[in-house]
Amino acid sequence: MFEEFLYTLRRGGLKVSLTEWMALMEALDKGLHRSSFTGFYHLCRCLLVKSEADFDRFDRCFLQYFKDVPFEGEVSQELLDWLNRPDVLTDYANWDEEQARLNERLSEEEIEKMLQERMREQTEEHNGGNYWVGTHGMSTFGNSGLSPKGIRVGGQGMHRRAFRVAGERRFRDFRGDNTLDTRQFQVALKRLRQYSGLVDLPPTEFDVDSTIQDTAEHGGMLTVRYKRPRQNTVKVLLLMDSGGSMDYYAQLCSALFQAVSKVGHFKDLKVYYFHNCVYGRVYTDPSLLPSGAVNTQWLLSNLSSEYKVIFVGDAQMAPYELTGGWYYSRDRDPSLPKCGMDWLLRFRDKYPNVIWLNPSQRPSWGEYWTQTYDAIAQVFPMYPLTVQGLEEGMKKLLAR
Amino acid sequence: MSEFRGSQNYVASQELMGAVNIAMVLQKPLLIKGEPGTGKTMLAEAIAQALNKQLIIWNIKSTTKAQDGLYVYDVVQRLYDSQFGGEGVDDIAKYVRLGKLGEAFTAQEQVILLIDEIDKADLEFPNDLLWELDRMEFYIPETGETVTAKHRPVVIITSNAEKELPDAFLRRCVFHYIDFPDKELMAEIVRVHFPDLDEKLLTQALEAFYRIRQLPQIKKKPSTSEIIDWLRALVHEGVDPKRVVKEVPYLGVLLKKNEDMDALRRAWR
Repeated sequence: MFEEFLYTLRRGGLKVSLTEWMALMEALDKGLHRSSFTGFYHLCRCLLVKSEADFDRFDRCFLQYFKDVPFEGEVSQELLDWLNRPDVLTDYANWDEEQARLNERLSEEEIEKMLQERMREQTEEHNGGNYWVGTHGMSTFGNSGLSPKGIRVGGQGMHRRAFRVAGERRFRDFRGDNTLDTRQFQVALKRLRQYSGLVDLPPTEFDVDSTIQDTAEHGGMLTVRYKRPRQNTVKVLLLMDSGGSMDYYAQLCSALFQAVSKVGHFKDLKVYYFHNCVYGRVYTDPSLLPSGAVNTQWLLSNLSSEYKVIFVGDAQMAPYELTGGWYYSRDRDPSLPKCGMDWLLRFRDKYPNVIWLNPSQRPSWGEYWTQTYDAIAQVFPMYPLTVQGLEEGMKKLLAR
Repeated sequence: MSEFRGSQNYVASQELMGAVNIAMVLQKPLLIKGEPGTGKTMLAEAIAQALNKQLIIWNIKSTTKAQDGLYVYDVVQRLYDSQFGGEGVDDIAKYVRLGKLGEAFTAQEQVILLIDEIDKADLEFPNDLLWELDRMEFYIPETGETVTAKHRPVVIITSNAEKELPDAFLRRCVFHYIDFPDKELMAEIVRVHFPDLDEKLLTQALEAFYRIRQLPQIKKKPSTSEIIDWLRALVHEGVDPKRVVKEVPYLGVLLKKNEDMDALRRAWR
């Protein structure tokens, strides 16, 4: 019937599968849309869209396919007040056949243009006419009107001429593209676990081995033993590059961040941010404000070596930013590292399990950018920030 | 098949009623998402009441396993019983207890099954239920028995979107997002709870309530349950409607966070 709609939705980025499409067909067959356009819209949305974040996308595809003109201009509150006339029109006194024919000939673009003009000119309430934006009239805009064609402004749809509901785009605010697709990351992160029974929890898990042992010792008298449940003991220190060249990967990094914080099975998770490379300070906030600064040395001396460290960054910077001693650490304690590279080496020496996740590819040309990329890749095992790269990285982190 | 049209104590929007009926006719689980306090859990109760069916609630916690919903085989009890020569030890079925899903399947008539807050459980939890929810049956290897639903239960699943649900699972559901009710619907909802509320008080309270919700500084926005508690407080203390918007008495009922209260005091009027 309208298979093309399926492809419109898929092109619009909605992962509609055949299962869902067949369900829609079945529903239509059973008359669940109640033979109304609004019902059809809700039916489609119920069955084809599975997250409120996709509602807006769906609305736009719906409009696109069912050939409607979404009216996107701003409508002033004053105008909406004039138009708020819920009294029901019972007679058709304002019907004007000639005007109707004229209106029918207008294209959607013309109507929209006219509406924009009227909204600039209109200074008071007009109802029942054929020119201004008003109710109960023959003009092509307003509500409860009689025009065979037009754009509804305010009020309730009355004669159902305008393709109403979808055009309202009520779900625009729900679009949260960055929260999507983190599931795969989460599944990959789940691998990062090391169980240990040495945690302070009440013994609730049935211990098969001890039960058999003790039962045998008691000469067959059943002796049930329980043990403490094992818990993930993995602690994670996540250090993320922020700003500058990393802005291109902001979405990807935010997906990773969300996945790491949501997966929630780590014993401890610490997240800090840096710019380009780690120097004397890291920051608790991606905006890298001085108020959220933490001394890197403090981090190194306070987080024990059992932490698994994940760096996220593109590892591309000017060479002096990595090896130039004068750039970021001017007057510090002489015992502290002199340059970014030395700081990285301190991390490597302290923590046995460190990986570097890189959202960017190794630059294919230009020695300038590959220099730091290669230098860092020599210090830490580097993986691309993809689902597969993350899986490999997790394996590396678990190796002893 | 009977149809859901809201109930005496539950005001549902047209869309929500549509979604419930679609799910019932297509025999698919209905997945409900929405802001906290929009009555996701209440919905199942209302449906059960409206259709006069039994409601079975399966509350999901972070430790819940899919298996728990099907059945539990109490091995330890059987071991103990066998020690002391209890009766019927050789009857494994005696030690198999059905979970909530199993209960719903074996019920003598169609029931409403609410799987509440499915996102609390482990990431793989929904995947483990795919077959059971699809085919409405499961197999108990210990007894060699297959439990098949006598009457397909109406399955309502709620989620607070704490975790994302797997695609394969979503594909099998009918989805509805409960939008926060607008003023008119809210007035209707409030009237269900307070049939003889002073009209003036209601208008003023709603006015204040929606103004608070619109303040961008407020972190935890008050929801339906909060306005109902607030109105109860206002009615109980006999607050003059004129004071409501101006002073917002009993603010603590609406806002639960200190910083929200401070933000409101700064932003009000």
